[in-house]
Amino acid sequence: MLNTQLVEAGKRQRGRLLINGVIPFLVLVGFSLSPFVYANQAILFQMMAFMALAQGVNLLYGFTGYLPFGYVGFFGIGAYGMAISIQLLHFPGLLAVVMGGLLSAIIAIIFLPLLRLSGAYFAISSLAAAEVLSNVVSNSAMIHITNGPYGEQLTQSYHPVTSYVAMVIVLVLTTVTVIFIRNMPFGRALMAIREDPVSAAMAGIAVVRSRSIVWLLSALIAGLTGAIFGWHLSVFYPNTVFDLNISILAIVFTLFGGYGTVTGPVLGSIVLYGLYNAIGISDPQYFQLIYGLLIVALVLFLPGGIISLIQRRGNYVP
Amino acid sequence: MFTYSLVSGILFGIFFGFMALGLNLIFGVMEMVNLAHGDFVVLGGYVAIMALTSLHINPVVSLVIALVLFFLVGLGLFFPLIPRLSNSRDPEMLSLILFFGLSQVLEALMVIKFGVNPESLPLSVFGNSSWHFLGQSYQIAWIVTALVSLVMITLTYVFLYYTSLGRAVRAVMGNREEALASGLPVKRTSAIIFAIGIGLAAMSGVLSPLMIGSLDPTSGLGLTTIAFAIVVIGSLGNPLGSVVGGLVYGVSLMLMQTYLSSWSVLVPYLLLLIIVLVKPSGLLGKGVRHA
Repeated sequence: MLNTQLVEAGKRQRGRLLINGVIPFLVLVGFSLSPFVYANQAILFQMMAFMALAQGVNLLYGFTGYLPFGYVGFFGIGAYGMAISIQLLHFPGLLAVVMGGLLSAIIAIIFLPLLRLSGAYFAISSLAAAEVLSNVVSNSAMIHITNGPYGEQLTQSYHPVTSYVAMVIVLVLTTVTVIFIRNMPFGRALMAIREDPVSAAMAGIAVVRSRSIVWLLSALIAGLTGAIFGWHLSVFYPNTVFDLNISILAIVFTLFGGYGTVTGPVLGSIVLYGLYNAIGISDPQYFQLIYGLLIVALVLFLPGGIISLIQRRGNYVP
Repeated sequence: MFTYSLVSGILFGIFFGFMALGLNLIFGVMEMVNLAHGDFVVLGGYVAIMALTSLHINPVVSLVIALVLFFLVGLGLFFPLIPRLSNSRDPEMLSLILFFGLSQVLEALMVIKFGVNPESLPLSVFGNSSWHFLGQSYQIAWIVTALVSLVMITLTYVFLYYTSLGRAVRAVMGNREEALASGLPVKRTSAIIFAIGIGLAAMSGVLSPLMIGSLDPTSGLGLTTIAFAIVVIGSLGNPLGSVVGGLVYGVSLMLMQTYLSSWSVLVPYLLLLIIVLVKPSGLLGKGVRHA
């Protein structure tokens, strides 16, 4: 009796693992093959970038409850870290991307004290931190390092195919990371902290260390994404990579799909970024109106996102 | 130079204290951060600009129009949104996201209605004379703005401390559960404060084009951040705290603009980061609210 139950549980476990594995696989195959059938590579690339950012927001908000309005700060620092590595240190593109991600993680270490705040205090302070970063980078006093408000021209390292492939790799790695964290004891520890930090600490969970790890990871994801994004564009300005709408869209995609899951941000990015391309580029205000209303409706009627419609019936969704 | 930046910093500070007042009241009573606060300020600004350009209504009249109009808007928004939110699993975080959605909606509607170009009020709207003080002269519009702000802050203070409704508001601020248990109409009090908060935001918005130069639909989020910084600096739920926070902000902004102008955009953000990390209870604060 017990034995059959154990076998059943084992089967279910393996089934779940399989479903989890399908998602990064689909992402990998989908974005690797779609350039051959769909000509507009820029849209595919940006969808990938937003999907990775949405996963980064998901990691932070879905597992620790910190809502980072200033997430774009890491994205922009990643792009500038990459650009500085190419312009001043003459690094090759891929190495420069890694440098961008690292610089972003270093900035995250500097801003670690923000994690002492919670709720609205954290959300708005992270926004302030992103504004500080953006204004420091674009200040004309920084002209010898970041070229100030005049932006970066990296035409010598422009490499659309390599940067596209790099984005696919970072996106797949990000998705795998989220799956790992969600299914490991570490992820459950994080969710315990999110629900009640005091009880979690009493249960022996290293609250500060766990939060800090997730914070650094999500900064690294945003930094790498920003670095590849800047590399792919090869010409960008501070306003391009520190645009607050980047955080806003990443948050909206995550909330729409469903935070704390792996599929939520993927689904949210595909549906809403698709919608954005259908109506948003020529008339962004109508798209903004739609997602604003969507957020209000989600908060009031469906706080778990559209994934929670499936979960509500007792189905397992990765 | 120094006196000029100090005096204009004080004038600006009083205005910004008034601008943050609505956010402060709503935050104090309902424990919700109205992320759309700045957008209501901008809407108030548009009311004044529209009234002046198409109907030739003086901003002094627009002040009253904005207050009444947005008081009603606040009441209209409260009942479908807030009670449902208060019963949810995590009202604090969900309200933040809800108001964020609302702010996106308002911003989009403003772009659709008014376009993306910055709009402004002429500084000469209250006459061309200027005020001379300690050898410097100041715009009369700034003086009018600071006076109106001071009057409104005082009225709010009198309302909170010398009326029975104000006493109920302070009770709800102090402890929501105990206020409920002692039979106070918490929901009605919250509704009124929410409406007053939105109304005051729009009313300060009428004056805002005179102080910050020009408005466009995207100015809202920046104003919300400034208001939040002022509220945190000055401590929650205390209208005098708003004045203190506003003064700290106004004077540091003006000194920065005079002596280090290229870095002056950083002032509100740095002030906010410093205060939340060093003394999150604010300068006048007693207890910390872990919101």
